[in-house]
Amino acid sequence: MMKTLTLSAALLAGTATFALAQENAAASREGGFGLGRPALPEEVAAWDWDVRPDGVGLPVGEGDVWTGEELFVDYCSACHGDFGEAVGRWPVLAGGEGTLTYEDPTKTIGSYWPYLSTVVDYVHRAMPYGQAESLSPDETYAIVAYLLYLNNVVDDDFVLNQDTFHDVEMPNADGFFMDDRDETEVVAWTREPCMSDCTEGEVEITMRATILDVTPEEDDEEEASAEPEVVEEAAADTGPSPELIAAGATIWRQCQACHEVGEGARNRVGPALNGIVGAEAGMRENFRYSPAFQEAAEEGLVWTEENLIAYLHDPRAFMPRSRMVFNGIDEDEDIRAVLAYIMSETPQ
Amino acid sequence: MSDGKSFSPSRRSFLTASAAAGGALASGKLVHAQAAPDPAIIDPQPWRQYLGPGVDNAPYGMPSPYETEAVRRTVPWLTADLVSSINFTPLHELDGIITPNGICFERHHGGAAEIDPAEHRLMINGLVDTPMVFTMEDIMRFPRENHVYFLECAANTGMEWAGAQLNGCQFTHGMIHNVQYTGVPLRLLLEEAGVQTNGRWLLAEGADAAGMTRSIPMEKALDDCLVAFKMNGEALRVEQGYPLRLVVPGWEGNMWIKWLRRLEVGDEPWHHREETSKYTDLLEDGDARRFTWVMDAKSVITNPSPQAPITHGPGPMVLTGVAWSGRGTIPRVDVTLDGGRNWHQARMSGPSLDKSMHRFYYEFDWDGSPLLLQSRAIDSTGYVQPTKEQLREFRGENSIYHNNGIQTWYVNENGEAENVEVG
Repeated sequence: MMKTLTLSAALLAGTATFALAQENAAASREGGFGLGRPALPEEVAAWDWDVRPDGVGLPVGEGDVWTGEELFVDYCSACHGDFGEAVGRWPVLAGGEGTLTYEDPTKTIGSYWPYLSTVVDYVHRAMPYGQAESLSPDETYAIVAYLLYLNNVVDDDFVLNQDTFHDVEMPNADGFFMDDRDETEVVAWTREPCMSDCTEGEVEITMRATILDVTPEEDDEEEASAEPEVVEEAAADTGPSPELIAAGATIWRQCQACHEVGEGARNRVGPALNGIVGAEAGMRENFRYSPAFQEAAEEGLVWTEENLIAYLHDPRAFMPRSRMVFNGIDEDEDIRAVLAYIMSETPQ
Repeated sequence: MSDGKSFSPSRRSFLTASAAAGGALASGKLVHAQAAPDPAIIDPQPWRQYLGPGVDNAPYGMPSPYETEAVRRTVPWLTADLVSSINFTPLHELDGIITPNGICFERHHGGAAEIDPAEHRLMINGLVDTPMVFTMEDIMRFPRENHVYFLECAANTGMEWAGAQLNGCQFTHGMIHNVQYTGVPLRLLLEEAGVQTNGRWLLAEGADAAGMTRSIPMEKALDDCLVAFKMNGEALRVEQGYPLRLVVPGWEGNMWIKWLRRLEVGDEPWHHREETSKYTDLLEDGDARRFTWVMDAKSVITNPSPQAPITHGPGPMVLTGVAWSGRGTIPRVDVTLDGGRNWHQARMSGPSLDKSMHRFYYEFDWDGSPLLLQSRAIDSTGYVQPTKEQLREFRGENSIYHNNGIQTWYVNENGEAENVEVG
């Protein structure tokens, strides 16, 4: 009863924040709740590999610039370009020194990143894109050494390890300062605002979004009709079952970071895969295949289902030095499913 | 001037201003004469005659098939692919303060992790007395709290620094959602592990393919952060971090680590990629602000706006929008119809909660002449939302993040709205 009265009084006062004061914070318990369990040292080691600017967390290992170049071309250049110049809208990793005051600055590892630890941590943590946790510490150090070389931070004989890490000076190390909005902007803008005749004369339009015309337009009809068609085709065909195709659609998510399939599929990090089953290897137009792929194509490799199963089981064993960064799919049935999905998505 | 083409007429069929011209003014009220009986009344309606679907027709209900506009949309040219990308909440289709779960904007750096909750673990390690592991079941046994908070991406409105660019409040302001979270105060989980006296920072890490990490000062972690498992009453959506996400009230969305799997206590910040290379604010002189965590007070008029033109012609109309501040509540929003020359206090409606979105209305009679609409939020600390020009004076145009400048919509005599800047 008491509570209801207080609440309605607060509502009458028109301040719901008053009502919020009724919230009773969840209380601590002396000595804890006894929930959860202690983490084992092996468990902490398996997840705790973050790196700090002072070098805490650096893995044991080392890598040199030229090993890094080879790895970079294989694993990274499809998005970042051979020299960190980037493909499409993927991040530019090198260059840009002195551009931070420009109208369109180029923020790279060399021109912007204040700490080397961030590069080691991020490459090891999240790269290659779509294949995280696949680089060894040695490979990580080598790729980072190459990135430093591309940014003119080290010479070509540099070897990066947990000791030489401390010798590297990042060009923009001093380019950052702690948020100062409270002392600058907030004080300037905390004041009673003007309510009438606030501008000198009439207000005029100085810029319009329609001139740029970069807002996406919708194409409702095309989107609406795309999915049902696939299902019907699959049902009418004597080919793979809808269940297999559906299972393949789930597996396809492992591929879609790099590949496209379907109407209007484009080459991206990897080539477009329309009609891949039965196609000659390395024959997509305008795709820059690795030398390994070019050789295989010259030798007449055809992507029969058998070959694709062998390749997708273990890409690096089937074709060493292929640029495809993918650990492979264990089960034959899963590979058949994803191939069924790709073929079902392929325009007739 | 607009030729109407840029407003994608296919999206909505316009009723032109002339539709209302049949009205006649009698005793101060606009009266519309109906020439012939309305078929919507005269003709039998199938839904009145025949039975509709029974219960369980949709075990998880979806919006009416007529509600096709309230969907997330992306801007394809913004990012290299759709996996490390962003889409936008359709603010112009919403009212009140709560964002429905299915249309909360998405921002992923390595796609949305699809996690089996039975295989999810939360680890706390670092400068703690006992490194701990919690299952989801463990976490559900801690006392929990409910709070409504906005989550705004630091890059919201980031495409507008150099000038008006995208036509629609969904695209200019849609990297935000406002949700009621249910979760365990982070403080309780940290107490379970026992934070050591030199533990001044926390690294939160996600289980996604980006292994997203952010450093959070311990003071904030112990103050009001939550480890949440429910949003608007139901389990977190996959794309919002199912089964567990960090809630960092009032601070930039990137810190609200989704698919939260680890919290490490340390004595210094980690300076990881998302707090150095990204989410730092480059100023005109080439130096950059870091750790710009708080989201400044901001507002936008959602209706009318480029995706939601005035379709009813002159007369009474409802102007509405949303406002929020990472520093408190929004007791007041002002609205101008003439580009900032004269302002009117809007009417706040609905709950006014700390670090939550607020709803405002301004009702007026539109005379059919062009409008330059703006809204200006004033938060509970007295901070007044700045103009874009004021922002640029402090920051230049290369900041990308934290653009909370006042938005202007130009509405022409047909009711079509356009994103513009004024001077």
